[in-house]
Amino acid sequence: MSKRIVSATINGEVNEFLVEPYHTLLEALRNELGLTGSKEGCGNGNCGACNVVMNGQLVNSCCVLGVEANGATITTIEGVAEGEQLHPLQQQFLEDAALQCGICTPGFIVAAKQLLETEQDADEERMRHFLAGNLCRCTGYDKIIKAVINARDVMRSTAGAR
Amino acid sequence: MVTTDKPAYKVIGTRPIRPDGIDKVTGRAVYGADVNLPGMLYGHMKRSPHAHAIIKRINTAKAEALPGVRAVVTALDLGPDPAALPDLSKNILAGDKALYRGHAIAAVAATTDLIARQAADLIEVEWEVLPPVLDVREAMLPGAPLLNPNQHTRTPSGPSENASNVVAHAAVAFGDADKAFAECDAIVEREFSTKMVHQGYIEPQSATAVWNPDGQVTIWSCTQGAFPARQNCSAILGHPVSKIKVVPTEIGGGFGGKIAVYLEPVVALLSRKSGKPVKMTMDRVDVFEGTGPTPGTSIRAKLGATKDGKLRALYADLAYENGAFAGSAANYATMCIASGYDIEHVKLDAYDVLVNKPRTQDYRAPSAPAAAFAMEQLIDELAIKLNMDVEQLRLQNSCKPGTRGPMGMPHQAPGHEECLRQAIASPHYNSPLEGPNRGRGTASGFWFNVGLRSSASVSVQPDGGVSLILGSTDIGGTRASLAMQLAETLGIPYEEVTPTVVDTNSVGYNDVTAGSRVTFGSGMATVEAGKNVIKELSARLAPTWQVPVEDVEFEGGVFKSKDGSKSGTFKEIAQAIVGRGPGLTASGSVNAGFLQGGGFSHAIVDVEVDPETGKVTILRYTCIQDAGTAIHPSYVEGQMQGGAVQGIGWALNEEYYYDDSGRMVNSSYLDYRIPTTLDVPMIDTIIVEVPNPLHPYGVRGVGEPGIVPPLAAIANAVAHATGVRQTQLPMNPRRILETTSGK
Repeated sequence: MSKRIVSATINGEVNEFLVEPYHTLLEALRNELGLTGSKEGCGNGNCGACNVVMNGQLVNSCCVLGVEANGATITTIEGVAEGEQLHPLQQQFLEDAALQCGICTPGFIVAAKQLLETEQDADEERMRHFLAGNLCRCTGYDKIIKAVINARDVMRSTAGAR
Repeated sequence: MVTTDKPAYKVIGTRPIRPDGIDKVTGRAVYGADVNLPGMLYGHMKRSPHAHAIIKRINTAKAEALPGVRAVVTALDLGPDPAALPDLSKNILAGDKALYRGHAIAAVAATTDLIARQAADLIEVEWEVLPPVLDVREAMLPGAPLLNPNQHTRTPSGPSENASNVVAHAAVAFGDADKAFAECDAIVEREFSTKMVHQGYIEPQSATAVWNPDGQVTIWSCTQGAFPARQNCSAILGHPVSKIKVVPTEIGGGFGGKIAVYLEPVVALLSRKSGKPVKMTMDRVDVFEGTGPTPGTSIRAKLGATKDGKLRALYADLAYENGAFAGSAANYATMCIASGYDIEHVKLDAYDVLVNKPRTQDYRAPSAPAAAFAMEQLIDELAIKLNMDVEQLRLQNSCKPGTRGPMGMPHQAPGHEECLRQAIASPHYNSPLEGPNRGRGTASGFWFNVGLRSSASVSVQPDGGVSLILGSTDIGGTRASLAMQLAETLGIPYEEVTPTVVDTNSVGYNDVTAGSRVTFGSGMATVEAGKNVIKELSARLAPTWQVPVEDVEFEGGVFKSKDGSKSGTFKEIAQAIVGRGPGLTASGSVNAGFLQGGGFSHAIVDVEVDPETGKVTILRYTCIQDAGTAIHPSYVEGQMQGGAVQGIGWALNEEYYYDDSGRMVNSSYLDYRIPTTLDVPMIDTIIVEVPNPLHPYGVRGVGEPGIVPPLAAIANAVAHATGVRQTQLPMNPRRILETTSGK
């Protein structure tokens, strides 16, 4: 097997990189592009720590092959903040102490952003349903859900003000 | 938050943003597997497919011949077990016998991860498969397959005559339990069992090493304790401690499971052999099968009281799985099971038992939750027998200052009574629970908390800010809780303190981040370092002010001359003295002893049991815990909530599920199901603050006590919902249906 060239728009920039045909998108992001914010907790789609958004869909990047990313548009945790401006979810996670060890945090923020961007009125029940694919072992989820609720309110008020 | 006589603090008790927060919400924080070095090789472990088997021969020739392979190591490369750390090397790489499925046998370093995996498959092992022993009580029987034929039981009267899987029998006795039971009006007695469970940290173990030709070794690891990891690597490798530098990365959860070393000595060896940096990262199956979960248990317990509700006597026989090698699991249970109560007559027999499962390790308040699962259910049943409110029964018998605590030592300022009072006064306890198939349960928990050794340094910067240099790895916000204690000591804003966790060459010794000890013990070292900064600044200030040094006073962040003629804030003085003078670094080092005063927690839980499916739903959960002084209340709540939800998982779902051959059949997150967002409600918290007299700000460790009550609290709730007592974990739908059908 030889490496394949993959071209993808990642966090707003076109990237061209080489990837082994058997490598996952997660491995490509972490090892070829240095984007180590996406984490591997299980390698089989059970934990959500590697969540990225690919072509508008939330995916476990450990279950996508790197070559499948050819031509795709991808947002990782590294693309969530805009310059120095944290996303409301990032700010709420900090203010609401929604992380302890922090290893699941990138996946949760990417997943919650996808939820709030597509369903700005998501309630707690919907959040718990949508985020059930993201495992956290430290927090018991209480402060994570509260941070997502608070971020939703901030995002709604900002949207309303526009 | 409930507080008793708290001093007026400026920083302590506030909820600032943690210093490492932005790195962790933006993906910048570097965890174990994120370490990458130029020219790095990838390591992979060959593991035993058998639970119990003699290794007759290992042939690595084919693996070594595979193009891309740079080094292969086996137990032969490790040398003999260090005497001070028995069995440590044998667990890192098995030599003559594999004692559990997943036991590491050999390791490979290669230019790619794929080649390393292929090479590991090419290592040939000739096995003689032995029957495994998997049940703790069966392993104790004469004639059971022996894991170690040279193992004799340590007993109070010396080693046992015959070899046995029982490593140790600890006997603890106060008063005369046998006689006291005869005087009891109500006695409850039951047999309980719990299954092996895993800490379940989301980040798998990862370690990277470089062994330089001059003997300098650098190891990056997501360990809970860089210094103990260095110590263990030194012992295993026979290499001087001072030649090994361990760099702690961010750590993606541990809960006790990342104290032991697994990969660190192996990647160091592979680097030595290959001359290249080597990284090895576990996958999730490796984590379940090859690291240390917490023991399954079998506990027989008996509790008696007189009719006025006075607890008189407790007997417990506690058998804890140690897994493949000796641990000290059951002993911790004897330190916790009765420590919440004033019970005159106590007799405990505790057994550590080898079984063909991974060598067990600590998991958040190790051994206490299973002991409380037994004890707190017996109290619940006793209250029913005595026709008393269970919380009143607990309160009536709760320990007080002076009551015998762990290891027979008297409690100093135990918070159990206050936790119970707050539980009884809580909105949850005072709201009715209505509806069919629903029940409410309560339970208390105790964990003894440890102190141990810590060091910290403080450097004063030219602009008056301070750098706090720490050696305790930050697993859940301790950079913040330590920076806050320093800010309080120096009388400066929290934002003026920049904490950094450094490697083992850059700060004094720190024991593990475990035992709920960092905010307590490393807090003491930090406060001492802060006081030494004040002392040094005062000494340098005196000649400038032309006053004797004893006339320089410091209070509330302000230096003053005794006559009041001169004064300056910490920042002003620091700028003047350090901004223009030589640098200033001061350190604090403490040995905070083994015990730090202990912590109590309590839980109230409402459940609904589906009579058709057997599924237990947690409707409402309140945890109450004594934090001594809550430095950062949000992170105290976080510890309480996290412990509660791990306990919910332990109670309802989690277990190592073995087939008869000793193979764990559920070694993925899909099948070993930890709680998800859908499985739990919001977790309400009530922080109690009974200051700990052993810490300058009254801190108690808060990490562990929260996981102790939920197993029993949920079992009590299920019993009240269904009328059937649950003595075995997990209370999954199958068990609930089996125990309640026809009831």
